[in-house]
Amino acid sequence: MENFDIIIIGGGPAGMAAAVSAKKAGAENIVILERDKVLGGILNQCIHGGFGLHTFGEELTGPEYAERYADMVRDMDIPYELETMVLDVAPKPDGCKAVTVISPTRGVCELSAKAVVLAMGCRERPRGALGIAGFRPKGVYTAGTAQKLVNLEGVHIGREVVILGSGDIGLIMARRMTLEGAHVAAVAELMPYSSGLKRNIVQCLDDYGIPLLLSHTVIDIKGKDKLEGVVIAQVDENRVPIKETAKLYPCDTLLLSCGLIPENELTSAAGIRIDRRTNGAMVNESLETSIEGVFSCGNVLHVHDLVDFVSEESARAGENAAKYALGAKREKCESFDIETGNGVRYTVPVSISPGNADELTHIRFRVGDVYKNVSVVVKSGETELVRRKSRILVPSEMVDLLIKKDKLQGISENIKVYLEEA
Amino acid sequence: MIDVAIIGAGAVGCAAAMELSKYKLSVCVIDRESDVGEGTTKANSAIVHAGFDAVPGTLKARFNVRGSEMMEELSKRLDFAYKRNGAMVLCFDKNDEGKLTELKERADKNGVKGVSIISGDRARELEPSLTDEVTAALLAESSAIVCPFEMTIAFAENAYANGVEFKLSTLVTGVEKTDAGFVVKTDDGDIEAKVVINAAGVYADTVHSFVSDKPLAITPRKGEYILMDRSAGGTVSRTIFQLPTKMGKGILVTPTVHGNLLAGPTAENIDDKENTATTTDGLASVKAKGALSVKNIPWGSMITSFTGLRAVGDRGDFIIEESDVPGFIDAAGIESPGLTSAPAIGEYLCELAGRRLDMQINTDYIAARSGVIHLSALDDEHKNALIKKDPAYGRIVCRCESITEGEIRDAINRPLGATTLDGVKRRTRAGMGRCQGGFCSPTVIKLLSEKLGIAMRDVKKNGK
Ligand SMILES: Cc1cc2nc3c(=O)[nH]c(=O)nc-3n(C[C@H](O)[C@H](O)[C@H](O)COP(=O)(O)OP(=O)(O)OC[C@H]3O[C@@H](n4cnc5c(N)ncnc54)[C@H](O)[C@@H]3O)c2cc1C
Ligand SMILES: Cc1cc2nc3c(=O)[nH]c(=O)nc-3n(C[C@H](O)[C@H](O)[C@H](O)COP(=O)(O)OP(=O)(O)OC[C@H]3O[C@@H](n4cnc5c(N)ncnc54)[C@H](O)[C@@H]3O)c2cc1C
Repeated sequence: MENFDIIIIGGGPAGMAAAVSAKKAGAENIVILERDKVLGGILNQCIHGGFGLHTFGEELTGPEYAERYADMVRDMDIPYELETMVLDVAPKPDGCKAVTVISPTRGVCELSAKAVVLAMGCRERPRGALGIAGFRPKGVYTAGTAQKLVNLEGVHIGREVVILGSGDIGLIMARRMTLEGAHVAAVAELMPYSSGLKRNIVQCLDDYGIPLLLSHTVIDIKGKDKLEGVVIAQVDENRVPIKETAKLYPCDTLLLSCGLIPENELTSAAGIRIDRRTNGAMVNESLETSIEGVFSCGNVLHVHDLVDFVSEESARAGENAAKYALGAKREKCESFDIETGNGVRYTVPVSISPGNADELTHIRFRVGDVYKNVSVVVKSGETELVRRKSRILVPSEMVDLLIKKDKLQGISENIKVYLEEA
Repeated sequence: MIDVAIIGAGAVGCAAAMELSKYKLSVCVIDRESDVGEGTTKANSAIVHAGFDAVPGTLKARFNVRGSEMMEELSKRLDFAYKRNGAMVLCFDKNDEGKLTELKERADKNGVKGVSIISGDRARELEPSLTDEVTAALLAESSAIVCPFEMTIAFAENAYANGVEFKLSTLVTGVEKTDAGFVVKTDDGDIEAKVVINAAGVYADTVHSFVSDKPLAITPRKGEYILMDRSAGGTVSRTIFQLPTKMGKGILVTPTVHGNLLAGPTAENIDDKENTATTTDGLASVKAKGALSVKNIPWGSMITSFTGLRAVGDRGDFIIEESDVPGFIDAAGIESPGLTSAPAIGEYLCELAGRRLDMQINTDYIAARSGVIHLSALDDEHKNALIKKDPAYGRIVCRCESITEGEIRDAINRPLGATTLDGVKRRTRAGMGRCQGGFCSPTVIKLLSEKLGIAMRDVKKNGK
């Protein structure tokens, strides 16, 4: 059996950033396993700009951003294996992890690693999971699948388009389809607010006069073999459709942008604890999961809106994986859970052990609604660790808080994160 | 002039074709869809019914019992998924327990073995997720589950290997009686045949009326389902039926042969034979009724919903007979347990046709058929041998179900292979998982377009 210091599962931005920083931190025997034919993950199909402002200080397209990292991987001689899918991860009695893979060259075989970084990304919520009634014709795609067909395969998928869900990919596809010569009749969003970034609403909808229908949803799909139209209705405050408002939108294409689901089948099967709020692994301040030596980062941990945050988070995961693989032991000291209060849906991490924290610990979370003029408060008992005022917080934008190491020393109670009126 | 034209490539038409291919006959199966099994056969509960439900003495009882006996051997010989998982019929009211006894008596009369009545507690012992409301249950050990499309594809491929012709994407628009037999009119030319078998599912009445003046009516009855991810497949191990309750006819909750969890169907008579849409009310009723039987059904892991149309005849039983027009044979009103009965109906249709034809044994008959090799079903040694021979088997295309490019190519390249996305899906399961083809469909479309020599945008999901 082949032995590695670190096996990184997934060669998207998360996996590549983790590999680069693991190597910098001294780990030698690393491999990235990627099931696709290329490195880059979902970025390969994101041919629009807007990536890398934080990381590289300039605006890149998705493939350009991915290429920067792929270049680093190659320049640093970090091995990667493509068309290699990980089927199973399991802890072994000796503390190493067995990683079962399949590939055209390896066949099915088991590898072993001291540390594993989970960077498998996420997938889109499909139509079936949304429970929309009606027929199941051709012409209904998730926005990401449509993006792949249009951008990578050059397929022309439709002329008259309706988009359900205002996630970023849906918004970007509204613009893309318009540029391809299609007419986008509307973007319907179930919630009273958009789940996409403000800048995407402006640049992708407003600039092209595409209406965003908040508190609206698709209640019926028409057309047996080919899509002929969708019925959109307004919903009440309990998200129940108001039948009187139903209106038929004739169309040949329905794109769904209704949420992303982290790809954690491997994680669950390995017995790692999953946070039901994020569908990602529960991790501590070092991004380590409930199995020692297994780290998680990027969209498989929690869905990010900006790839720059993915890279930053993953670099930390890679560095910590390297420390672990090189034999550094965690400080034996107390760990405190992070509890969520008013307005805060989840946090990553879910616990902090001050003795093991870096100089700066990140707490990332999303709010559950739109909040105006609030303060984000982080407290342990009576000790206030952070207080940050915000004019507006929206669910589509992840909040990133930083806590200095010295602030954490001496805390003796669980940590609470919540919003307070400012 | 050919010997037999079969209209409809569902489970029944394909089973008949398979039986007829044991003889030296020229047979052609015609279907309007681009693949076999695209009618009711693709959307049902997929239960191989034990035979306790059918009224003794009916055709339903006769063919159900025989079909259920044949199924296991067929599944081995023709290589399709089948599992004897057993079933229960739940009773929720002490006053209804007499109905269980009735079912038990029917089972005895129909000659079905392994049927007993058990207490609510015993039922919960066997199936710990059953609700506390269950007072008693009928246990039927011989009930099984099957993959309906794999089964029908297996019948069709076996028939094809033995010389049966398949004319797909071809709509039958009329049938004329001639002196020598029949002219079957289609949107793609005429076919002359000595004998015609009408296995047109919900359209069997239309096809019947092409040649016969005797009335025959089929009413479509809609059944809606919710399908859940494999993570929910272990919720129950048996097929869980309900006796009718105050909420009306019961629904079932069952694992599928591939380990998903299925709940449904509703039952609603409709007019439109094309109406396979699901409805908000239908799906809500599946959830409400399912909750009566089983605690904590993980509806959140729903991956799709679908609708099947029962072809309900006007005689309360299957209509399988030579019609008033000699040589024109009806297989109509094949509602549940039609899937179970299909192989037995096929035998009988062959016998009926045989009365009009010169039946010479086909001495070259090939009895066995092997399906698409599923890599995940092999042990590591065989997996590696296969990948070494063809590296495409090491390339995963459908991530949710771990289906490789090798399997997809096999499904497309094999005789009577897939020509649509759904065709690949039904032969390999690529796209049947939790992401419902989100990731793999672009690759599958590409492989299909290469093989068919058409543009990617012209590759169809299903249909003509
Ligand atoms: C469709 C889409 C559009 C987006 N658009 C934007 C945008 O416009 N702007 C922006 O800033 N951000 C955007 N994002 C967000 C950002 O790009 C992502 O957050 C980022 O790409 C996530 O990186 P990742 O490495 O975690 O995941 P991914 O990029 O998804 O990479 C995961 C990789 O892991 C591989 N993998 C998974 N499982 C296995 C396994 N078992 N074995 C081997 N390999 C495996 C996958 O093939 C994939 O290559 C978008 C995200 C999506 C999904
Ligand atoms: C909700 C529901 C649940 C069920 N559950 C079960 C179960 O658990 N167990 C069981 O044993 N049975 C079950 N059944 C019954 C079973 O599904 C059917 O009996 C069986 O599939 C019928 O097969 P068929 O070949 O007669 O019809 P179909 O599969 O409908 O085939 C008819 C074919 O004829 C073709 N056709 C029609 N008109 C024309 C034309 N003019 N030209 C060309 N082609 C034409 C159609 O395209 C179609 O492919 C269920 C049915 C339903 C609806």
